[in-house]
Amino acid sequence: MVAVPLQTTPEVGGMGHSVKRKEDPRFIRGQGEYIDDVNLPGQLWLDIVRSPYAHARIKSIDASEALKVPGVAAVVTGKDLEGYKLAWMPTLAGDMQMVLPVDTVMYQSQEVAAVIATSRYAAADGVAAVLVDYEPLPVIVDPFKSLEPDAFVLRPDRGPDKANNHIWHWESGDRAATDTALEAAEVRVSEDIYIPRIHVASIETCGCVADWDPVRQQLTLHMTSQAPHAIRTVLALVAGGAGLPIYEHNIRVKTHDIGGGFGGKVPVYPGYVLAVAASFLTGKPVKWIEDRSENLQADSFARDYHIHAELGATKAGKITSLKVKTIADHGYTDAAADPSKFPAGLFNVITGSYDFKDAFVEVDGVYTNKPPGGVAYRCSFRVTEAVHAIERMVDILAHDIGKDPAQLRMENFIQPEQFPYKTPTGWSYDSGDYPRALQKALDMIGYDDLRKEQLEKRAKGELMGIGISSFTEIVGAGPSHDFDILGIKMFDSCEIRVHPTGKVLARIGVQTQGQGHETTFAQIIAEELGFPVADIKIEYGDTDTAPYGLGTYASRSTPVAGAATAIAARKIRDKSRKIAAHLLEASEDDLEWTNGKFSVKGSPDKSKTIQEIAFAAYTNHPAGMEAGLEAVDYYDPPNLTFPFGSYICVVDIDKGTGQVTVRRFVAVDDCGNIINPMIVDGQIHGGLTMGFAPALYEEIVYDELGNNLSGTFMDYLLPTAVETPAWETGKTITPSPHHPIGAKGVGESATVGAPPAIANAVVDALWHLGVRNVDIPMTPQKIWAILRAKGVTA
Amino acid sequence: MTTQKVHLTVNGEAREADVEPRLLLVHLLRDTFLLTGTHIGCDTSNCGACTVLVDGESAKSCTMLALSAEGRSIKTIEGMADGATLHPLQQAFWDQHGLQCGFCTPGMIIQSAWLLGQNDDPSEAEIREGISGNLCRCTGYVNIVKAIQQAAAEMRATAAAPIDAPAEPAAAS
Repeated sequence: MVAVPLQTTPEVGGMGHSVKRKEDPRFIRGQGEYIDDVNLPGQLWLDIVRSPYAHARIKSIDASEALKVPGVAAVVTGKDLEGYKLAWMPTLAGDMQMVLPVDTVMYQSQEVAAVIATSRYAAADGVAAVLVDYEPLPVIVDPFKSLEPDAFVLRPDRGPDKANNHIWHWESGDRAATDTALEAAEVRVSEDIYIPRIHVASIETCGCVADWDPVRQQLTLHMTSQAPHAIRTVLALVAGGAGLPIYEHNIRVKTHDIGGGFGGKVPVYPGYVLAVAASFLTGKPVKWIEDRSENLQADSFARDYHIHAELGATKAGKITSLKVKTIADHGYTDAAADPSKFPAGLFNVITGSYDFKDAFVEVDGVYTNKPPGGVAYRCSFRVTEAVHAIERMVDILAHDIGKDPAQLRMENFIQPEQFPYKTPTGWSYDSGDYPRALQKALDMIGYDDLRKEQLEKRAKGELMGIGISSFTEIVGAGPSHDFDILGIKMFDSCEIRVHPTGKVLARIGVQTQGQGHETTFAQIIAEELGFPVADIKIEYGDTDTAPYGLGTYASRSTPVAGAATAIAARKIRDKSRKIAAHLLEASEDDLEWTNGKFSVKGSPDKSKTIQEIAFAAYTNHPAGMEAGLEAVDYYDPPNLTFPFGSYICVVDIDKGTGQVTVRRFVAVDDCGNIINPMIVDGQIHGGLTMGFAPALYEEIVYDELGNNLSGTFMDYLLPTAVETPAWETGKTITPSPHHPIGAKGVGESATVGAPPAIANAVVDALWHLGVRNVDIPMTPQKIWAILRAKGVTA
Repeated sequence: MTTQKVHLTVNGEAREADVEPRLLLVHLLRDTFLLTGTHIGCDTSNCGACTVLVDGESAKSCTMLALSAEGRSIKTIEGMADGATLHPLQQAFWDQHGLQCGFCTPGMIIQSAWLLGQNDDPSEAEIREGISGNLCRCTGYVNIVKAIQQAAAEMRATAAAPIDAPAEPAAAS
């Protein structure tokens, strides 16, 4: 790692200091304010009746018994909402989603009716008393069957022109050139890889308190949202479509503290809209809090990608071409939060860290009787799927031609001098040094010794594997010419106000769900302006006060809003220079900026600190200049950023049980310049664990009737401290050339990079038995079945 | 629904409330006593966000009835600090970056206090086993382990007890 010289003292705490988090004192005392901690006077509770069937016609809903339950105030059905044109709402992907079904339920646990009552328990009693008569319908859970010509149409609401279950086709790259290259390739490797449906399962579930004030005509929506401004705009559009008098200037979305997001708190869920509708109908605040089973069965899911990949190469192992065809199971509606030009997200970053000319990628989105899929799991728009596919394919190629996987990667990497690098699918990687990161990981883990140990173990019949993943991420969406959601460009923002006494309030358009923005964004300002971190307050998550922004997901906070923060600070520094020149009676050109003050070149004793300048901005500003010291910036990034890294995993497999144990895991990350090393390491630890989890444990499983078999934490296994490895981390630093502070984003790198390292290690342990691929999660049952089939275990 | 009176001690203070017999302890703490530091993360006692101490024993308050706490002494995260002085575990979680979103943190700190009461010098494996009933989605546990090690070392050095002896039970009616 090239140590970046610190520009500020620890007391100031700018870039590179491991400043302890400013947000922690409230959390360690139990004084955080999460959504279920928000209680308003007169508040009612909303609970939801859910479908036991994955596909059924609603013959009738009888709420009469529910309405007799003490405390129950109202029961709302889809037919009620239809009267307000609120039975359907748009998804962020431009599809339509039911708030409540008018006549047909599309997945198990779908919302069917809402009960509003005076308490949490009374609402649950009311739910139990609502009688719904269903006529079960045939169910499609397999996306391939859904595409068959005789499959029944799941979404007739799309009209006669779309009388099938195909949502969209998306492709990228050059099909003909790739076909030609593949035909000419000396070696061709193909594989089917399924990346199953998973759920983010943040420990806090989703919820809201909707508070419609009929006198002030004001809606305040307290909610778990990673994108509060986008939610505000969507609500205004939905209300406008329904003819309701709820306008955007009278909608205030407040997020409070959020107990983990990981993308699961980006979409608009029916529960939020129901709470708003219920508050509008009753004139009282209405709270909705999802329980864990609802969370795991009904809000939104990730992955569910059926990938067929083919890699072409020379006999010596030089990759020439890649062709990928993918079926994406989106459930009954496309509710992904991808930028609108990218229905399959940024999946075409699938050429990864490797230099080759020809690639073609196509994806088809498909409806099934499942809740929305393809939404999010700590990943920038399908990057995880792309990285998994290319890193698995590269490893299979290495094994097929008998070349060490590390060596094969080294020989195919895009080299440092090739940046900026244009990929065959059109991305322009800003910077990278892939060989350095891999070499560092190889050195840290002692790769050569491990390979020797593996040979010895194999001779003794023991199963040990070593897996590598050298990933390239694509984050920081994004440049406005390509990136929007529902037409809103994906800029982000920061507004800084310097108070007369030299204290700072900054508001940002992004949200924090645990990333530590109250600390790291203060550090950016400390770096740029020299105010100590302790003197800077960061606010977010209140749409009445924060500048407009698209929110926190896809690792976009630092790349986009972090850049806005640096630029806004620089605007303040520019004005400060003018004020300093006035105070020092010097020309602006004669001033130099160091350590939080302007001084006259050659006369360092003639200087004004930023605090003195701030005071002067309100008390003694130059004639002709506006008073005050404030700035705002809406930053439109010129490009995405491309964090990268190399991970190496060592696994041991128990032949008797099929249990995979991760013995060691080394993660070398390069996220460009680092704001807070402690927080970056924390993000990587957490990201690795959310890569480890789907590699070995997590999968949302449906039976043939569409029943979710993974609807509790007893069935959907989150790793505990016992299984989770003691992560070993390392860094290289390759600054982003276009980002104002050279940062790239880091929150998701490890979740993206880790699964193929683990999968490659498991396959590496089994390759000599004739195993070419194991789909994740690599559970003991799955491995045991393989070992049994191969005659390794009885 | 009929209610029943429950008497208990919460963070050293005698409390009572009229509750439905089915009311969960976590809802009594959160909704009635407004001690919202104890969180709810699942319904199946897997996640541990709701962990409190009941007469000094670690318990998941989402799977315990409020009435089962009759006459017992409860400690929640709000009772861990001594005024402005943080409990060594709270300080250590802050120092070691043992939390991110903070949602699991109260339960994790309470569980750690119970663990250190059982074993004042746990190995890393014993710490990991000791908190295996508490899920964290953000930190990957590495820094939580470090935080517990820091607090254990400090408490051994100062011979501090991780948790007070349970208060005298409140009088049952």
